[in-house]
Amino acid sequence: MNWVWSNADFILDKTLVHLQLSSIAIVASLVLALPIGWAANRVAPLRGVVLTVAGLFYSVPSFALLVVLPTIVGYGLRSDTNLVVALTLYGLALMVRSVADGLASVEPDVRQSATAVGYSSWQRFWRVEVPLAGPVLLAGLRVVAVSTISLATVGGLIGINGLGLLFTDGLQRYILEEIAAGIVMTIVLALLVDAALVRLGRALMPWTRGPSRAERRQGALVGAAA
Amino acid sequence: MNFFLEALAWIVDPAHLSGPDGIPVRVGEHLLYTVVAVALASVVAIPAGYAIGHTGKGRTIAVALTGGVRALPTVGLVFLLALLMGIGSTPPVIAFVVLAIPSVLAGAYAGFEAVDRTTIDAARAMGMTERQIVAQVEVPLGLPLLIGGIRSAMLQVVATATVAAVVGAGGLGTYIFRGLRSNDYVQMVAGSMLVIAVAIVLEIVFAIAQRLVVPAGVTAGRPSDSRAPASRTRTTNEPLQEGTQ
Repeated sequence: MNWVWSNADFILDKTLVHLQLSSIAIVASLVLALPIGWAANRVAPLRGVVLTVAGLFYSVPSFALLVVLPTIVGYGLRSDTNLVVALTLYGLALMVRSVADGLASVEPDVRQSATAVGYSSWQRFWRVEVPLAGPVLLAGLRVVAVSTISLATVGGLIGINGLGLLFTDGLQRYILEEIAAGIVMTIVLALLVDAALVRLGRALMPWTRGPSRAERRQGALVGAAA
Repeated sequence: MNFFLEALAWIVDPAHLSGPDGIPVRVGEHLLYTVVAVALASVVAIPAGYAIGHTGKGRTIAVALTGGVRALPTVGLVFLLALLMGIGSTPPVIAFVVLAIPSVLAGAYAGFEAVDRTTIDAARAMGMTERQIVAQVEVPLGLPLLIGGIRSAMLQVVATATVAAVVGAGGLGTYIFRGLRSNDYVQMVAGSMLVIAVAIVLEIVFAIAQRLVVPAGVTAGRPSDSRAPASRTRTTNEPLQEGTQ
């Protein structure tokens, strides 16, 4: 444990970098998945193609992708951009399916009603379909967030900044505590981000949470009075 | 794109196709890791998953386990075990088994849970024993989802088995990490392309297997029109009773 205390600053710094790189990738994959998932859902033949490509892409091993991507896109192997692009692509592969499934779960009747009361298709998408698909989107985003944070450690293998560096450094210098600290911080970070997403979901989609404690108590009182 | 072509040339170079460091040997090692780890994981996870799926008990633990392992960085686990147990192929295999268990477990119990309860009631009503229900109803009907679980476990292990090379345990990662140490980018790309090829071939093989194991009776009875019916019941064919109240 001594190593951990004397290197707390180093660990914290790596954790923050890790959080920063993964957050960019998580947000980017959500933003990119929305139009693609929408198109996949709207144009029937596209759906199968998009989902198959996404599934096949997800089977590409992450570390191999990190090595091969720079040959295609042309930035440094050890640059942060390389990691962020790779993580975004993985997140996208997962998220596109959630978006397509979520939008498909919106009842056709509800969509038609929205059109009938005068929503344009843009308004309908943002005010009706996205909110109703919200729980499915959130579930997908939570999976993407946790796996992105865990996957980002792979960058450490080729020297990209983040918690993964604790693994390679700890192995080279035989510091067990360093590797253990890296594992623990990755899991803690994943759990914290996941919890934050759940809270955000409750704040943005108040209809998905059950009655609050006060409301339940009131309900019980009313029930008792009756 | 130049590196791409050079890497392809590297792969087809006869010098890299034979010997203990040749591509066939490394691919073999890589596949061996995958098969051994997934087989060991299946021995533990399939019976456990079936027990959870059949009884419905312990589901919460299984779900938490599946989610929890997703957050676990496998690279760290492989390195940690290597430091604890020494260099060799045992620590990576243990790490890969840990990695593979949740997917197989999820496939096994999800397969059982996906079986329609009325089908099981029907089997019971026909006089099947509990053992027969498991062996003749739940296992065959749950097979596609189980294969799906094994498929994702395989893919995860193929991806992670690259890391075994860092702790001196061979596999296709050997090329990547050797290239990394000696700044031989062509060799790195070649190794990566081989890993990607292995993963995609496995993915396709399993996708086909998953279709083949669907019992004939299930596909035969599938309705051709699977569009969801309208959610509200139509009431318009009855005239509104106006002014009668």
